[in-house]
Amino acid sequence: MNKAVLEFSSRPENVAFARVAVAAFVAQLDFTLSDLEEIKVAVSEAVTNAIIHGYDNNPDCMIKLEIKIVEEFMEIEIIDTGKGIKDITRALEPAYSTDPERMGLGFAFMQSFMENLNVSSSPGKGTRVKMSRRAGTPGGKTVSEQ
Amino acid sequence: MNYIIKKEKNYLIVSVIGDVDISLTDSLREDVDRALEEYSVNRLVFDLTEVDFVDSSGLGVILGRYKRVTAKGGKVYLAGAKPQVKKVLDLSGLPHLMEIYPSVGLLLDKIG
Repeated sequence: MNKAVLEFSSRPENVAFARVAVAAFVAQLDFTLSDLEEIKVAVSEAVTNAIIHGYDNNPDCMIKLEIKIVEEFMEIEIIDTGKGIKDITRALEPAYSTDPERMGLGFAFMQSFMENLNVSSSPGKGTRVKMSRRAGTPGGKTVSEQ
Repeated sequence: MNYIIKKEKNYLIVSVIGDVDISLTDSLREDVDRALEEYSVNRLVFDLTEVDFVDSSGLGVILGRYKRVTAKGGKVYLAGAKPQVKKVLDLSGLPHLMEIYPSVGLLLDKIG
């Protein structure tokens, strides 16, 4: 197993850091550039959720990111210790959002671009999003490169 | 600079550059809303030609502006999305709400 662990402040500018770091680490597997773009979107959504919903935009909290590679399989965990999700089933519904300026598609994108998505949360304690994907397996819709 | 906002003919054209995530969305939202008021236009074009990455935060800004502009009888257009951006747009359903053109030039030629 090959593993990386990162911990960073819950600041908006760190969303790009997180997705680029994950893409760089899992690029050692046989992912296409299109696959890596999809993985970046999924990571971006999970980290954004942690910042906005978990920590209510408080930039002084910490987000933990764990990436594991076992053979051709990768697993990503995004962990916050924020306020948690009261109703995970409802949060996972597409287009569910508490903010009219947001699309409510964060979890839908994670589900589309990953093979497996698991969300565990305890109100008041935090949220752990675990998602995984095998290299060479499309995570969702495929789009031909132009 | 991550975006350029300009008025061309009767359109407000917002050309976004690079990655569009929550590090950009607050300022983008505020500046586009301010420009819509200042220029008094109700036709808005998001030029995505130079966008390398977008997530649902970025799409939320587009959707929010769509609601705002169409509520006043206006229209919102998208132009120039790269394949990886188009994939996310398609998954979001936004193309069902607004027209997409390969480039701003083609858009203005056709409807300008």
